[in-house]
Amino acid sequence: MQKRLANWGNYPAIASEESTFTQEEQLRSFVSDNHELIARGNGRCYGDASLGKHSISMLKYDKVLLFDTQKGILETQAGVTLDQLLDIIVPKGWFLPITPGTKFITIGGAVASDVHGKNHHVDGAFSNHIIDMDVITGTGETVTCSPTQHTELFWATCGGMGLTGVITRVKFDLKKIETAYIKQTQIKAKNLEDVIRLFEEYKHYTYSMAWIDCLKKGDAFGRSILIVGEHAQPAELNDKQRKAPLTLPAKRKLTIPFNLPSFILNTLTVKIFNWLYYNKNLKREINNVVPYEPFFYPLDAILHWNRGYGKAGFVQYQFVLPLEHKDGLVAILKRISDKGWGSFLAVLKVFGNQDSLISFPMEGYTLALDFPVRKGLFEFLDELDEIVLQYGGRLYLSKDARMKQEVFWKSYPNAEKFASIVQQYNPDKRFTSLQSERLLLTK
Amino acid sequence: MASVLILGAGSDMAVAIAREFAAKKYDILLAARNSNALIPLQQDLQIRFDIKASVHDFDALAFDTHAAFYNNLPQVPDITICVFGYLGEQEKAEQNWDETARIIHTNYTGAVSILNIVAESYAASGKGLIVGISSVAGERGRMSNYIYGSAKAGFTAYLSGLRNRLFHKGIHVMSVQPGFVNTRMTQHLKLPPVITAQPEDVAVAIYKGVMKKKNTLYVKWHWRYIMLIITSIPEGIFKKLKL
Repeated sequence: MQKRLANWGNYPAIASEESTFTQEEQLRSFVSDNHELIARGNGRCYGDASLGKHSISMLKYDKVLLFDTQKGILETQAGVTLDQLLDIIVPKGWFLPITPGTKFITIGGAVASDVHGKNHHVDGAFSNHIIDMDVITGTGETVTCSPTQHTELFWATCGGMGLTGVITRVKFDLKKIETAYIKQTQIKAKNLEDVIRLFEEYKHYTYSMAWIDCLKKGDAFGRSILIVGEHAQPAELNDKQRKAPLTLPAKRKLTIPFNLPSFILNTLTVKIFNWLYYNKNLKREINNVVPYEPFFYPLDAILHWNRGYGKAGFVQYQFVLPLEHKDGLVAILKRISDKGWGSFLAVLKVFGNQDSLISFPMEGYTLALDFPVRKGLFEFLDELDEIVLQYGGRLYLSKDARMKQEVFWKSYPNAEKFASIVQQYNPDKRFTSLQSERLLLTK
Repeated sequence: MASVLILGAGSDMAVAIAREFAAKKYDILLAARNSNALIPLQQDLQIRFDIKASVHDFDALAFDTHAAFYNNLPQVPDITICVFGYLGEQEKAEQNWDETARIIHTNYTGAVSILNIVAESYAASGKGLIVGISSVAGERGRMSNYIYGSAKAGFTAYLSGLRNRLFHKGIHVMSVQPGFVNTRMTQHLKLPPVITAQPEDVAVAIYKGVMKKKNTLYVKWHWRYIMLIITSIPEGIFKKLKL
C-alpha cells in the first residue's frame, strides 16, 4: 500500500510502497521479485537514507533468537528495537555495548548506520561488537558475514546505509552491568576552550558528551555542560534503589500530539531555553546517580519531539573534524552563532580512533545540531560543508538529507572502494534510496 | 503453569496474542502448518518472558490429523485460541472451486474440526476456555467478500452454539470480531485508521476479554455500531448497494 513516509526530521517526505515480513522466506522472495528496494527500521535516521520507492519494513521481523546470560551474547532478527532489548537484558545484568541517543531504533538500523554512543572514545562504534550477521544481498542469497568471514560485505554493511542488502540477523556482545543506574558528573564549561580542556581531563570516563550553546558570543562563546558517567556500582545506590538495582522505577511518557507551529522554536525561545539549561546547574560541578534512561535517552521521554519543529521538518547537521582541527570547530560554531539559527540541544563529543570502511566516526570532534527547514537553510549548510571539507571532516549519513554528492565523495576516503563492494553485492541496483541516488552511489 | 494453545501461530495477530499471554506468564503452545518457521517466535517468547514455549505441526485443512495433533500435545492447554483464517480472493473464488473450498475449509470446516476435539476434551474434564477469532464479515454477506464472510458467519454461529452448550459444563467460549486489523493479510488494503486496530490491540483486548469472560468481543468499539447499522439496512436497499 502507498504510504507517506518520512524519517525523524520529517524532511523529505515521499510516497512509498511499504511491505512487512515475518518470515525470511517471504523476504527473500520479495527481494528476488522486486526492484528499487530499501530496508527501513523505525524511521529514526533523520534524513532520506531509508526512503525509497519500495520500503521493506523490518519492524515485524523482531524475534530475539538467543540470549546467553552467562557470556553476554545476544542474537536477534534485525527489526527488533533497542528499547525492547533493554527491557530483556537490563534485568539480567547486561547492557547494550553501544547505544545512540534514542532507544527507538532497530538493530538493523544500528548496523546500517554503525551507530556510536557517548562511549565511542572507549568502546568504538556498534560494528566493534558484532560477532556475525546475515545479509540478503541483491542476488537474493543470504550471506553470513563477520570481521573474519566475507569481510568486505561485513565492512560495507556496517555504516553502509542498507545498500549491500537487507540485514536480517545480528549476533553481538553485551556489556556487563551491576545496576541500571549511572553515576554521572556534570561540569559547566565557560566557553569552547574550557570544554575541550575538560574533555581531555575527563577522557578516562566511559561515557562523555557535552551540551553546547551555539548562540552565545564573546567570552562565553561555546559555553557548555560536559556530562560524563559510569555504570553505577550497587554501593553507590541509595537504599531504595539497592533493593532492586537492575529495575528502574516506572515513568509516565509525554508526547507532542501534533506538529507545533514552526514559529515556536525561534532564536529567542532557543536562547531562553539555553539560558535555562545552562543556569539550572547552580554549582560548577554536580555529581549524582540517575537511572540509565534519562542519561542515555533524555529526549525519548517526550515521544514525537520532532513535531516541535513544525510541519516543514528539520535537518540534523552532524559533522566530525579531525582532532588537530579544533580551529575548524571554532570557524563553524562562529558561522552558526553569527547566523543565529542554532538549535537547542546541540551536542559535542570527542570520538576515539576507528578503523572502518564507510562508517562516520573518526578520531576528532563531532557536533550535532538541528536546523528547522526554512528558506536559505540549504545554502547555509552548503557553506558549512565547505568548512568541514576544508578541515578534513565529514558528515553523518544517518542525519543527512541534503549533502551534495561531491561533498560525500571528497570527504569519505573509502567512497570508491565502498561503491565497488556495493556494486558486487547489489549489481543491478536493487537496493537504492533517495540518499544513495542523491549521492550517486546507486544512480 | 497455565498454558495457551495458539492455532495458526504464524500470523501477525498470533504473534501479538502469544506475546500478550506470555507476558502474563502463560506457557505457549504454537501450532501452524510449518512448525519450523515458528522456532524464532518460540525462542523469542522464552527469552523475553521466561516462560516455556513449544512448536507443533498443525494443518487446518488436514482434518483427519486433528485428533492425533491434539492428543500428542505435551499438555492439555488451559486456553485454546483459534486464530487461523484465510481471506482468499473473492473474484477468483467466484470462478474457481479450489479457492472457494480453501476459504470455506480454512475458516469454517477446519476450525470446527479442531474445536470439536478441543471442546470434547474440555467438556470431559470440566476445565478450559476457547477463543475463536471470527470476523465482522460474517455478520452480513456483501458482494466484495461473501465467500469468506459466509464461512466466518458459519464459524460465528458455531461459536455461539458451542458457548451455549459448554456453558452448562462450566466452560467459557469467547467469539472475537476484530474488524479491520493492520496485518500482513491486509497490507495491500487501504484501511481507515480510526476503525483499524493493531495486532497488539487485538491481543490486549483478547486477554482482557478472557479475564472477564466476555461472550462476543469487538476490538474497536465502533464496530459494534457499524455492524448494527449494516445489519439493519433493509435487504431491498442493501442489495442495490455495492459493498
